[in-house]
Amino acid sequence: MTEPALLDIRGLRVSYVTRAGELPVIPGLDLSLRAGEALGLVGESGCGKSTVALSIVRYLGRSGRITGGQILFEGRDLVTLGEDQLRAVRGRRIAMVYQDPMASLNPVMTVGRQLMEVPIAHDGCDAARARERALAMLREVRLADPEAVMDRYPHQLSGGQQQRIVIAMALIAEPALLIMDEPTTGLDVTVEAAVLDLVAELRRRHHSAILYISHNLGTVVRVCDRVGVMYRGELVEDGTVRQIFTNPRHPYTRGLLDCLPTLGRDKRQTPLVPIAGQVEPAWARTPGCGFASRCAHVEIGLCTSRAVPLTPVEGDAGHRVACVRADALPRSAPRRGVAAAHAAPASSRPVISTHRLRKWYAAPRGWLGGRRAPVSALVDVDLQAARRRTLAVVGESGCGKSTLAKVLSGIEVASAGRVTLDGVDVGALPVDARSRDVKRKLQMVFQNPDSTLNPSHTVGYAIGRALRRLADRPPSDVAGQVARLLEVVKLRPELAARRPRQLSGGEKQRVAIARALAGDPEVIVADEPVSALDVSVQAAIINLLNEIQSARGATLIFISHDLAVVRYLADHVAVMYLGTVAEFGSVERVFAPPYHPYTEALLSAVPVPDPDAAATRILLEGTVPRASEVPRGCPFATRCPRKVGAICDDVPPPIQQLDVEHRIACHIPAKELAARQVPLAPGSAMMGAR
Amino acid sequence: MSTPDALTPSVATEVLVPPSVATPRAGTGGGWRRLGALTESAPATVGLAIVFAWAMLALLAPLIAPYAPNASDIAALANPTPSKAHWLGTDHLGRDLLSRILWGARPVLVIAPVAVLGAAALGSLLGLAAGYYGRVIGLVITRACDIVLSFPVIILYMIILAHFGSSAWNIIGVLTLTKAPIIARIVRGMTLDLREREYVAAAKMRGESGLYIMLVEILPNARGPLVVDMCLRTGYNVIIIGVLGFLGIGLPPPDPDWGGMVKDTYGMMMVWPHMALFPCAAISSLVVGFNLLAVGLRELGLRD
Repeated sequence: MTEPALLDIRGLRVSYVTRAGELPVIPGLDLSLRAGEALGLVGESGCGKSTVALSIVRYLGRSGRITGGQILFEGRDLVTLGEDQLRAVRGRRIAMVYQDPMASLNPVMTVGRQLMEVPIAHDGCDAARARERALAMLREVRLADPEAVMDRYPHQLSGGQQQRIVIAMALIAEPALLIMDEPTTGLDVTVEAAVLDLVAELRRRHHSAILYISHNLGTVVRVCDRVGVMYRGELVEDGTVRQIFTNPRHPYTRGLLDCLPTLGRDKRQTPLVPIAGQVEPAWARTPGCGFASRCAHVEIGLCTSRAVPLTPVEGDAGHRVACVRADALPRSAPRRGVAAAHAAPASSRPVISTHRLRKWYAAPRGWLGGRRAPVSALVDVDLQAARRRTLAVVGESGCGKSTLAKVLSGIEVASAGRVTLDGVDVGALPVDARSRDVKRKLQMVFQNPDSTLNPSHTVGYAIGRALRRLADRPPSDVAGQVARLLEVVKLRPELAARRPRQLSGGEKQRVAIARALAGDPEVIVADEPVSALDVSVQAAIINLLNEIQSARGATLIFISHDLAVVRYLADHVAVMYLGTVAEFGSVERVFAPPYHPYTEALLSAVPVPDPDAAATRILLEGTVPRASEVPRGCPFATRCPRKVGAICDDVPPPIQQLDVEHRIACHIPAKELAARQVPLAPGSAMMGAR
Repeated sequence: MSTPDALTPSVATEVLVPPSVATPRAGTGGGWRRLGALTESAPATVGLAIVFAWAMLALLAPLIAPYAPNASDIAALANPTPSKAHWLGTDHLGRDLLSRILWGARPVLVIAPVAVLGAAALGSLLGLAAGYYGRVIGLVITRACDIVLSFPVIILYMIILAHFGSSAWNIIGVLTLTKAPIIARIVRGMTLDLREREYVAAAKMRGESGLYIMLVEILPNARGPLVVDMCLRTGYNVIIIGVLGFLGIGLPPPDPDWGGMVKDTYGMMMVWPHMALFPCAAISSLVVGFNLLAVGLRELGLRD
């Protein structure tokens, strides 16, 4: 390493000043990044990843303060740089891409003007030259029709397009360092794959160094050379991507890998292992290893007496780990849990099913009464959920999966077709009109942990009220029942007195599950219950849902956009696209050829946390079409990479029944599909074996 | 409850540690603790002190007022300016201003808050119903509110009070009627947002009635901005009570009424300005008190 580092952070200390005093969140961090290198920073929320990124550009806000150390960038210390000099560095030499593209773009300025502003401000370009550069950059981020995009406003673009614009804006000044803070969180899996590919490609062309922050190890593999694992404001392990993934030495790194659902895992063979406990804030610091309180290999005294520095891993150059017991740990962690006992056999009659279910929304009428066609959210959906099984519904946003959840639960009413619950048609019944028994039988777990519980009510009240309303017999001892339910979801009964704002996201979601369980429901509809949670918390919630489902014999309808989670949890899968079911079948069938071309594309987009996995990506062009632009034939025809011709546009695809359960809606004969498609990437197998 | 063996270890290893940062106001906060939290904001502290001081003065007026409010001191008429005997002087009929201001605080501090509570109760119900049910009910309620709000209020007060006569109850009624639509608008706006929350959907899914959802699930979460607004409205009501007194449709004489005191004496402003200015100062200080309290409450609300 003779080349001087582009970015060299030495002993960085950052504190947040609050009413409670000064809280050190980064107690002393060393980090270096060479020119053109890409470093991934991973860790759970609250580990200080974003604080590091914000410290580099000194955007810590009013409460954050750098209390010590140096941030050497191109030989200059950014910590002591004056505001004027700093401005010259920001944007020009260091650019940043944040998680939410809509928040980074000015909604009242056209994309073109915002892009042109950068070279005009930083390089003193004239407008014509700036426009030229902006156009060239838009072409580079592979936006179709850049001339037209220049004149659009941010809200006229999709989330993926917006993020491309933000990336273009960051790269247009040819920065030496590009900081990306969770740039693909919140994007659909297909869009995420495309953005990751783009970043990897741009890196090769622009030689910018990248500091890539993510909680998802799978995405880091695609983009980075090196990975740093952060915990409580400290680096606990760093090394090349390959070293970290094939030979993780820190128990925390292993924990992060073990809780990650991948396409190669399912609940029967390789259960997810969540990391025990939760991140403690950095200021509640004890001497010794910060991870000790959650570590399964902790040795009190050895680990907790003194600070643990990063030390090189023997025989593995460039790989460092901060764990005193790293050498004593087994080289590969034994998988916990063997094949799970399978749940009771499903009865043949589905507990809940839909038949030609349709839902459309009347389009708002214009001022002069011009009538527009209604917007279809669900088109002839036929699904069956077997008793005591998990049915997963997957698809990109806008595919109708949440509408389906709402119709099943009665929050919305079907426009046509049937929803049969235990032989009763409830599709036309809004939830108010459903009988108490139907309400008891079907409960829902919602997506957003912050809005699922009423902030004014205690946990005990929320669960107790559900018990009073839904339980079969009037509970004489509500408090006792609440405590019992809290135990079912692995929470301490004392939590009953808390209010939601005193709980973490994972705890809130557990309370929401306990509330749904109050009436001992037969069907639980879970609408993206883990998508807002950290990977480690996500694993625990998934395990909990799985356990409840098999122990209580409930049917779980699991709505998700995450195919890895679905692969892990589901027994049956429905792949939805634009309100139609593209493919339905048992999880083994759906995740093996023949696939529907859409399933194939979705699967290929899932990030695989394995540096050796061959990237056989099928990139979907464009975005989900607007309701008014849906072709008459196959809804997927506009983006299908296997489109056969005009028949796809004009004739609705036939439903090919491949076996009792498996069916695909496609014009291409299944045999032909199977012949052309490859099974899942082999990389997932490695994860299972490790 | 039986658990499949293989799943037990993975979940049993989870020790759910309590969040180690205990929230400062963990547990159930009592009324006194809430009051203590108010002192964290300077405007709230000052506002609360002013309002509290006026409340005490009004409460103790029979004990601390040096004279009876309507007793006139003919001797003082020669020189009604502030003196040892009459700290704030007397009015044109020789009545002690200090005593009249203290006694005059009593009706104001009853009418203004009671009218606000009435308006809040009526307005909240209307706003909740308009926001939660939408469509026809919402349309009817919002239009009715718009109609009330489109009247010039002073004219409305004059018509109503002239017709029904001026009394404390009628003033409360008029204030409630004209303030409720404003509160209804605020509550409706918040309800439109809050009714989309997932906890409302969860309540529907366990079959709660509309009234329960509105009062137990939605209203408590709207209380922050509502309380701030109620504080502001109380201040405005103090002004309106003054205006009504000034227009001669306030509380009937001879009992002291701040607005009425200004009306009786503003003609002598050039000669004896204190007669009108002291009651004006009383009105202003009370209004400022309520406004500061509202500002402070908003500040504290934003902080959480």
